[in-house]
Amino acid sequence: MPLNLVSKEEAEKVVQDILSAYPKKAQKDRAKHMNVVDESFPKDTKCVQTSNVKSRPGVMSVRGCAYAGSKGVVWGPVKDMIHISHGPVGCGYYSWAGRRNYYIGHTGVNTFGTMDFTSDFQERDVVFGGDKKLTQIIEEIEKLFPLNKGITIQSECPIGLIGDDIEAVARQASKKINKPVVPVRCEGFRGVSQSLGHHIANDTIRDWVFENKHVDTNSFAQEIEDSPYNIAIIGDYNIGGDAWTSRKILEDMGLSVIAQWSGDGTLSELVNTKKVKLNVLHCYRSMNYISRYMEEAFGIPWIEYNFFGPTQIFASMRKIASLFDDKIKEKTEYLISEVYGPRLQRIIDKYKPRIQGKKIALYVGGLRPRHIVTAFEDLGAEVIALGYEFAHADDYERTTHYVDNATIVVDDATEHELEKILKELKPDLFGSGIKEKYQAQKMGIPFRQMHSWDYSGPYHGVEGFEIFARDVDMAVNGYVWKELTPPWKRV
Amino acid sequence: MRQIAFYGKGGIGKSTTSQNTVAALSESGKKVMIVGCDPKADSTRLILHAKAQATIMELAAQAGSVEDLELEDVLKTGFLDIKCVESGGPEPGVGCAGRGVITAINFLEEEGAYDEDLDYVSYDVLGDVVCGGFAMPIREGKAQEIYIVTSGEMMAMYAANNISKGILKYANSGGVRLGGLVCNERKTDREEELIMALANKLSSQMIHFVPRDNIVQHAELRRMTVIEYAPDSKQANEYRSLAKKIDENTMKVIPTPVTMDELEDLLVEYGIMKEEDREGPVVGGESLKVTAV
Repeated sequence: MPLNLVSKEEAEKVVQDILSAYPKKAQKDRAKHMNVVDESFPKDTKCVQTSNVKSRPGVMSVRGCAYAGSKGVVWGPVKDMIHISHGPVGCGYYSWAGRRNYYIGHTGVNTFGTMDFTSDFQERDVVFGGDKKLTQIIEEIEKLFPLNKGITIQSECPIGLIGDDIEAVARQASKKINKPVVPVRCEGFRGVSQSLGHHIANDTIRDWVFENKHVDTNSFAQEIEDSPYNIAIIGDYNIGGDAWTSRKILEDMGLSVIAQWSGDGTLSELVNTKKVKLNVLHCYRSMNYISRYMEEAFGIPWIEYNFFGPTQIFASMRKIASLFDDKIKEKTEYLISEVYGPRLQRIIDKYKPRIQGKKIALYVGGLRPRHIVTAFEDLGAEVIALGYEFAHADDYERTTHYVDNATIVVDDATEHELEKILKELKPDLFGSGIKEKYQAQKMGIPFRQMHSWDYSGPYHGVEGFEIFARDVDMAVNGYVWKELTPPWKRV
Repeated sequence: MRQIAFYGKGGIGKSTTSQNTVAALSESGKKVMIVGCDPKADSTRLILHAKAQATIMELAAQAGSVEDLELEDVLKTGFLDIKCVESGGPEPGVGCAGRGVITAINFLEEEGAYDEDLDYVSYDVLGDVVCGGFAMPIREGKAQEIYIVTSGEMMAMYAANNISKGILKYANSGGVRLGGLVCNERKTDREEELIMALANKLSSQMIHFVPRDNIVQHAELRRMTVIEYAPDSKQANEYRSLAKKIDENTMKVIPTPVTMDELEDLLVEYGIMKEEDREGPVVGGESLKVTAV
């Protein structure tokens, strides 16, 4: 039952207040990006909210770029390949190990996740083209890190502007080193957000891993015993170890996870995914493209799941089990009632009294804002406002299935909108990214980074829920910000 | 599907030649699409009987981004059902026209404009291969045959040689080949022989010599190809003949561009300067005798 900590009228008033500050044209435009969603909101339509369009100039957007979507999200975590940030040094430097995609391996020997490779473009390379330099870098990489399984070329803006033929370099280099070299046209100016970068990266996995005409990528596959229980985790980037706790649940159920996309993932796993019976998709936004492709090309079905909090964990376990035989279904029910159930209940018993009735606001990427809603509800809290940086219409449609109490849903929020929501609704916790963190804390509002789990995690799965509950408790009950007297109030 | 591209010095008559050739191909029953890769967007004017207003980049700029466009917004059908699309681009002096070409061609590929039914895709590309963007049409999987429109004028030949350098680069990394030179007559001295000699130096051929005829002007003023305006004219037959030669062309080579000195020698040899002039004036301070063969 929803707690209705904020009424629909209140929420609507906040939206009106936000919009009233804008000039007429901006007001009309931004109104289409904001809704107050509750149980009565239409669920069957995809046209619920304007999304995936260019941000308005003049008001700060929190979005990233296509390069961030490809290098930072989809390709970056593939640990045994080397990802070259191709272009001037800044993009590579500032995205260096920025995402907490945990992995196992010997960094610099057979895995390269926290290393940064860049072609460090200079004026000269822009004027004369960087193809020769790129070829040289690939040769050097091959010499210095011979255990790499392949290379991706993550294009930064200038590459697309000067029109370097990185595909030609990739073809020649891959023939020479006999490994996939993947040219990714993820120039930052393409598209309206990082979302297009996900799509471009997915397409390159299709073209240069599954359908590579220059290198036999199948030679990178590992022997896998064929089994009706072979599955792959798609769209979990192992932030703080999320994919590991998710994998544990699936394996406890009796399934066999033979590939992780792409957190702690390898090229072999990508290639091997052809052999699975089912793809389970966590981040729909960033990897639905490749899931659809595998369904068409190899006949592999896919379903979405959500391992945030007991309600969603149980529902997703049952949903996945329903596609398998009775053995799996029985094991799943046993786990829910005898193992996970009691354990998760103990977590709820411990933390719910401390978190009960708290108001939560979330502003994250393209998936988490809806995925975490029920986990907060499991702890007795309620999400009163949520927003996505780069979601599309299908994400907003899915959101309506998660939300029952009156919730402000905002697309590609501006700094003004976020500030106003925080000021007016005074949430007990704001979960968002590093750029939003200090603004919230200066307003005395407890904050958790919900991109990186604030250097904590994992938050997925059973172990993850315990850490999540502890972190939420720590934030909403332990914060120091309201104890501080700012200098201007001291006098 | 064969993908061909016309390159050449600005103002040499690429658009006129390519549209007339395409019209002739179309007349012989081929299905053709023209991809104009010039910010001026005049590569399809004679086929559409109007300058294309809806270029890809212009519409993308209005809509916000190229992802917001649909193929039918930009793909027009003109004379003899020839499909026409223009990349468009910025006004002179601003922005990046090369990127416009890249974006436009990517858009066409993603939207499935390269229909299996097509017999030919013809790219008409602005001036010289000045940057990577203007080389986009000759990358792997794009145009595989290049026809350079030139004339007996020195700078047109110079540009032809330069374009050959670009083709050479992409011939090694992709599969593009030089299909031949089209000489668009300017009535310079021994023009036909000169271009044949240049083609020879480039290891290629002069695929056709298009004589100068004012009827081309008359047709252009009416926004028509000669094929449409004066189908029975001698000039229309010249374009038909060029189209036939392209259709039957088997000589596709990796060009062997020459140095500036070699090019100048060629010009001197073919008598741009008369014999008696060689004695008197000097070039760059040296007697022509030194460089002349």
